[in-house]
Amino acid sequence: MDNEIKRELILEHFNNPVNKGLVDDPSYIKESKSNASCIDHFTIELKLEDDIVKDIRFDGEACAIATSSLSIAISKLIGKTKEEAINIIDNYNKMIAHEEYDKDLLEELNIYEDISKQPARVNCALLGINGIKDILKK
Amino acid sequence: MDYVNEFPILKTGLIYFDNGATTLKPKRVLDKMNDYYLNYPSNAHRGDYTLSLKASKELEDSRTCVKDFINAKSNKEIVFTSGSTESMNMAIYGYFYHNLNKYDEVLITKAEHASNIVPWFDLENKLGIKVKYIPLNDDYTFSIDNLKESITNNTKVVSIAEITNVIGDTRDIKEITRLCHEKGIKVLVDAAQSAGHIKIDVQDTDVDFLAISAHKMLGPTGVGVLYGKEELLNEIDYKKGGGTTISFDSPKEIEYKELPYKLEAGTQNIAGIIGFREAINYVNEIGLDYIEKYTHDLKKYLVEKLSKLDNIILYNENVSGSTVAFNVKDVFAQDTAIYLDKFNICVRSGDHCDKKLGDELKIKNTVRVSLYFYNTKEECDKLVVALNNDKILEESLGV
Ligand SMILES: Cc1ncc(COP(=O)(O)O)c(C=O)c1O
Repeated sequence: MDNEIKRELILEHFNNPVNKGLVDDPSYIKESKSNASCIDHFTIELKLEDDIVKDIRFDGEACAIATSSLSIAISKLIGKTKEEAINIIDNYNKMIAHEEYDKDLLEELNIYEDISKQPARVNCALLGINGIKDILKK
Repeated sequence: MDYVNEFPILKTGLIYFDNGATTLKPKRVLDKMNDYYLNYPSNAHRGDYTLSLKASKELEDSRTCVKDFINAKSNKEIVFTSGSTESMNMAIYGYFYHNLNKYDEVLITKAEHASNIVPWFDLENKLGIKVKYIPLNDDYTFSIDNLKESITNNTKVVSIAEITNVIGDTRDIKEITRLCHEKGIKVLVDAAQSAGHIKIDVQDTDVDFLAISAHKMLGPTGVGVLYGKEELLNEIDYKKGGGTTISFDSPKEIEYKELPYKLEAGTQNIAGIIGFREAINYVNEIGLDYIEKYTHDLKKYLVEKLSKLDNIILYNENVSGSTVAFNVKDVFAQDTAIYLDKFNICVRSGDHCDKKLGDELKIKNTVRVSLYFYNTKEECDKLVVALNNDKILEESLGV
């Protein structure tokens, strides 16, 4: 994917993230995530039914990388089984850490593959998606 | 003036605009600390040999230096701590925790640093005191009139920063203390942002307690000061049990040393305290009047330039001080900071550990430039050039 398209995708998800806004429904599991640098902050809600990710929602204020990566992850993970979702998230973490990973599995999430060139961005790219994983592991 | 000899990092082209977080450290401060570690690396107040006496003397000379710097009455009123946060905690938990009762009120503002909010919230939970906010002016600055209106018969403490870390206005501590003392209200001042920026005179202002961090005024990290009036410090019950005690045969027979030593258990950050003295000497040589005027003028210069850019929202442009809080339109503060990092410009983004100010600004996160005397107009110009770009968000992404 060329960089122009990558940037467009990031900005689109930053400006119009999917599923922003919480539902406060007891069938959702809720989790708050902040970066230690005390700026990015998300609250994530996830609904699991028969081990299938039925819905994920979030709210909070965060930078373009944190918000877009969470938004893309949400659109990708809804409908997956718990196992599949965790596998995608694990592969995403490997990609960010520059380890071997399954590229085909990640689809658009591959746009963050070089994010570690900007060390300040690494935690942003992991914040939301690892928040989802924390809920799935509960 | 050229400061690159004292701050060699400036030779790299680094533009350091995050002085509110911590300042750069001059070489002479580090040399002074190294001198201790290399040439008289002994514990203070412990030995009978020459080296240790030298360490003790250097440490006590540093106390005298701090005493003079803030014009305290005596060295007993100067307690070394690990920083402002510990100083605030020591005053709040050591003194106020034992002297406040249910329904007593503490006045703070929404522009305070977390270290002047969280311990008070904790006391509200533990003692049933009430933490109240003195309303700020429309430009988020402090208002003496609002203070007068906020004081009730239950008000027992006013606890505020002399200079706030986001808005950067200077509060009139002398007038505040005068008003408070008329009504028997104690005044605790967080001087983390004001020490090294403006003159502090605790006898003139008559404050009860005051907190300082060395690292925000050219000194090393891990060193701070709690100033307190002797009779108040003497009441503090925040003794860390340890090498402060004289005799301790049994629980009934602990006998504490005199001030300030009874509040300084354990081996102090001796090198850091000695380095802090060198930092104070340097600040004094440059001159606090000069530093205040220079940084305030530089802020005006930067604000004037930034206000010409259409994409910049300024939050404290009319406030006299050395910090500029702003955002780039439609760009999250952190994205702006990461974008500026590419130009070797260090700014802080975030709520600056001031989670309450967001309520007032209606925007949680800002970019902050905080200036010190080694910053220059040329650096400000470079910042303005970098910000004069309508693709900041795109270029911050790193892809
Ligand atoms: C106004 C104010 N108070 C207190 C502190 C805490 O200082 P330290 O982290 O050195 O304890 C800071 C530091 O940012 C501050 O800006």
